[in-house]
Amino acid sequence: MSIPEAAVWAIYFAPIISFLVIVAFLRHQPLLAGRISILAIFIGWLLAIWTLAVAIDHDGNPLDFAPHLWMSIFDFEVEIGLRIDGLSAMMIFVVTSISLLVQIYSVGYMHGDTGYPRFFAFMSLFTAAMLGLVMNHSLLMLFVHWELVGLTSYLLIGFWFHRPSAAAAAKKAFVVTRFGDFGFLIAVVLIWTKTGTFDIAEINELAHEALSGAVLTGFVLGLLSGAAGKSAQFPLHFWLPDAMEGPTPVSSIVHSATMVAAGVYLLARFFPTVEAAPGEVHTIIAYVGGFTAIFAASMGLVVTDIKRVLAYSTISQLGYMVMAIGLGGYVAAVFHLFTHAFFKSLLFQGAGSVSHATNTFEMPLMGGLKQFMPVTFWTFLIGSLSLSGVFPLAGFWSKDEILLDAWNHDKFLWVIGTVVAFMTALYMFRAIFMTFFGEYRGGAAPEADHGGDHDDSHAADHDSAHGDSHGWLAHPHESPRSMLLPLVVLSIPAIVAGLVAPSSFFGEFVEGALDPELRHFHFHADIVVVTFSTLAALGGIGAAAALYYFRTPDPTAIQYALAPVHRLISRLYYVNEIAEDVLVRGVLYNGIGRASAAFDKYVVDGAVNGVARVTKIAGDVFRRTETGQLQAYTSVYVVGVVFAAGALFVFAGGLLDRVMP
Amino acid sequence: MLIAFLLVPLLGALAAVLLPAEQEKNARVVALGAAGLTCLIAVAVFLGFDASQEGYQFVQRFDWIDKDTAGFAVQFAVGVDGLSAPMVLLLGILSVVAVLVSWNIEVKQKQYYAWLLFLETAIGGVFISLDLIQFFLFWELELLPMFMLISQWGSGRRLYSATKFLLYTLAGSAFMLLGFLVIGFEAGTFDIIELTENPVTDAVIPLGLVFWAITLAFLVKLPVFPVHTWLPDAHTDAPTAVSVMLAGVLLKMGGYGILRISLSLLPEQAHDFSAILAAIAGFSVIWGAVITLRQTDLKRLVAYSSVSHMGYVLLGAAAMTDVGLSGAALQMFTHGTITGLLFVMVGIIYERTHTREIAKMSGLMHHMPLTGIVFIIAGLASLGLPSMSGFVAELTTFLGSLQAHPAATIAAIFGVVLSAGYILWTVQRIFHGPADPAWAHLTDARTWPEMVAMGVLVVAIMAVGIYPPILTDAIESGIAPIAAIVGGVA
Repeated sequence: MSIPEAAVWAIYFAPIISFLVIVAFLRHQPLLAGRISILAIFIGWLLAIWTLAVAIDHDGNPLDFAPHLWMSIFDFEVEIGLRIDGLSAMMIFVVTSISLLVQIYSVGYMHGDTGYPRFFAFMSLFTAAMLGLVMNHSLLMLFVHWELVGLTSYLLIGFWFHRPSAAAAAKKAFVVTRFGDFGFLIAVVLIWTKTGTFDIAEINELAHEALSGAVLTGFVLGLLSGAAGKSAQFPLHFWLPDAMEGPTPVSSIVHSATMVAAGVYLLARFFPTVEAAPGEVHTIIAYVGGFTAIFAASMGLVVTDIKRVLAYSTISQLGYMVMAIGLGGYVAAVFHLFTHAFFKSLLFQGAGSVSHATNTFEMPLMGGLKQFMPVTFWTFLIGSLSLSGVFPLAGFWSKDEILLDAWNHDKFLWVIGTVVAFMTALYMFRAIFMTFFGEYRGGAAPEADHGGDHDDSHAADHDSAHGDSHGWLAHPHESPRSMLLPLVVLSIPAIVAGLVAPSSFFGEFVEGALDPELRHFHFHADIVVVTFSTLAALGGIGAAAALYYFRTPDPTAIQYALAPVHRLISRLYYVNEIAEDVLVRGVLYNGIGRASAAFDKYVVDGAVNGVARVTKIAGDVFRRTETGQLQAYTSVYVVGVVFAAGALFVFAGGLLDRVMP
Repeated sequence: MLIAFLLVPLLGALAAVLLPAEQEKNARVVALGAAGLTCLIAVAVFLGFDASQEGYQFVQRFDWIDKDTAGFAVQFAVGVDGLSAPMVLLLGILSVVAVLVSWNIEVKQKQYYAWLLFLETAIGGVFISLDLIQFFLFWELELLPMFMLISQWGSGRRLYSATKFLLYTLAGSAFMLLGFLVIGFEAGTFDIIELTENPVTDAVIPLGLVFWAITLAFLVKLPVFPVHTWLPDAHTDAPTAVSVMLAGVLLKMGGYGILRISLSLLPEQAHDFSAILAAIAGFSVIWGAVITLRQTDLKRLVAYSSVSHMGYVLLGAAAMTDVGLSGAALQMFTHGTITGLLFVMVGIIYERTHTREIAKMSGLMHHMPLTGIVFIIAGLASLGLPSMSGFVAELTTFLGSLQAHPAATIAAIFGVVLSAGYILWTVQRIFHGPADPAWAHLTDARTWPEMVAMGVLVVAIMAVGIYPPILTDAIESGIAPIAAIVGGVA
């Protein structure tokens, strides 16, 4: 079984073409724009299935595609080529699947927004960039698309740019991830300087044979820096919660399922190189991930915005994956990336559906939605159970792989991981009880202005349909079918995607991307690990039920008892303040920036103006010597000539010899 | 062909001046015609340039001072190689853009367009001169139109800024002339080709000093810290078209001079001082970017960002590897188009809002969507987003310089983070946010001169960004001999 190269590239070009068509022709035809975009990604999805089938047929080993020379300046050559193996074929399938479902969901969710065509244009562009990121064979093209997904993330977070908070969040996302890319770019430049190639497979090979420990350390830490930015790992995690300012479909694909997983993909792509790096590097990676997992989970416990709960959950789960990479658990990391994509996308779409009905993301304003929105409730519950790692749903299998790796390599991280599993179940079911159970608390009033670009709250499209008499305060209603369909479809993989684990099929498939000597996956379950993780998940659910359903003990009482801790966490550990107020505004802008600007103004320019002033004063002085008396001029002239001639004889005899040989 | 490249704008300038007074309004048509024709010639030169060959093409020589009678030869000689051909193209494009963005100028139009065209000739002469004396004359010639354009058609403290620009440049070029004379008399020729093939090895003044005497003028022009403070003033007070020319091509004279003369004619000295040049470059990138963050005047902000971005040119040059030098050459072209476009956008905004205070603007995207989109494109190009030309140039520079100057290169790479900060913050403050009723009367940039000016530059930025061989083939042929000379020293 084989697939022509053009067919694989078509997956990438289909959304690019739809982007160009929408921008060029369909800016004022929203319906058509949405359909073109969905059609393009549907074609891409079909081809992705073909690609996946071929890759499975090859047991995940790389397919043979020759790269094409794109440009060259001396030794700097850029080649464009495909790298299709178990890892990338799986990613292509995930990206196209989620993109297709999210875009179908968006037809309902974005209905009536004045920026509707723009939204689908950006979604197409994002999908293309993300596909380019996972399918290219060269580090450079990976970096190029890495930056382009950053751009589309910027554009989509700032989609409602009239809101100052959205504009600020977009900028923050780009700049913080750019900070991580600083290290990534150094890594790219460094590895080319040392190897003269960007080919990922070649670099992975050379890592074992030719590169020194220092170069590998620098390179892998550079990759980690990039991954920390993109995958929101501590200390660069704080842009992701703000990114929730974007429309919910965007959160559902860009900021949960695909783009933020790119950092993990990067580390997995270079897994052989990471393995070859010194042990300390592995420890750093594992602990960055482990710390991020528990750090983010703690914030997920206290925030009241349902999307932000999911955002912190995403950061935490990405932390799991990064930790797995550091522990040598390539398959575990990739497997969790795979399952997480489905259930987290599902959860975000569920949150979007909830806000569609209640006009808010604040959970304290919701409650009791179970009876109004049964489909949303049941699918959200499935996603939560899967994320919490309840047997036999998808999240259980992949999380257990990670915990097993931790158990085998680093017991401390295993403890952390298991505690995170407890916290995950706790914050997810806290969200469920606050949102779907109890009494409905009325949602939020529609925003006053709904003439222009509409808001994430969907005030505008409801109003235009039903007028102001529409009484959703009393009766929130289920979302339209275009939004429910993706929820139902996504809940299937959220349940069953993990069942491939025991057969070792998935593990062997994605290990096809590695060299044979690095393939050592075989399915294994440890009764201790499984027991503890299941207890953690059930314990978390039970604790959430006690606190937020039965309210014994009362959660507010606990908040009071732990007031300082609660304040610290709910202020998000003051990371935003430290980064923005202290580092950027204080040190950079008002400190170094002000000092430099002052130096420029007073010292550099002061010197220039000073020279000018001195010249002018000198001119004023010497002007007095212009007396008009010929005798005076002549005598000064004669003295000058004699002096100059003498000086020449003394100091520059050689010069005279040359001028007058 | 190259003579025509110099003469057409000059004749256009004459024609503009000689227009009868009642035809004043048509000076812009004359100017557009002359600049357009020159641009066509530039395109023809660039397309006709055979990138598979090293060395100069389209060469024309006229003897000026005869060697037999004077003991040394000065000639009027023109030609382009792979380094100057992109500069010629850039000048051709930006001159048309400069005329288009001046379309609504109302004061003394005849003189204005005449000086603008004269400026094109002067800069063009620098890029295609094959003789040091001729190079120097064109170098100085450019001061006159610049001074007139800033001081007569500028705004704010225009006389101060024009004078500052003049004095800074003159101070630099005085030493440059001294250096040229030392080299020329030593070798008995001012021919750049001959001097490149047989670099002087000894002179009355230590060649290290000669190197700095010449290079100082180029560093002032580039500009880099600490000889950069003329640039923000000149930009801020200059009319839009002059800012476009200044950032777009005038600064490139500095980078071009470093590659063409400092490195090629004094390779050993250049090699000795490469660490100092790299340090200046890395420092300039950061210094310029940090101060850019502080700017409250939109035009000054773009001006300071140039200080940062031109640091990359010096870094690539200081690397003295073939890839690094190519990066410098690429960066010159791409910075010309990108910053040229940014200044066009600043001009469009200023023409409508009559302010450059960033704090006074907000939510302009609602009223000027096209302007906003093009500004964002220019900004993204400036912050080095892949698929736009700036990324190709910066990456090439970094690849070429990391081995030679790791610290300076890493500093320069950090500049990429800062540029993302100041660009996106500016976009946020000016274009994002709710619609401001105070700006409800603004019209979008939809007049044809504006659309053409923006369109040409956007296409140039995207085309080179997506398919770099448009430029890189020519640049490779131009850089190879220079890299062989400076690389051969080590």
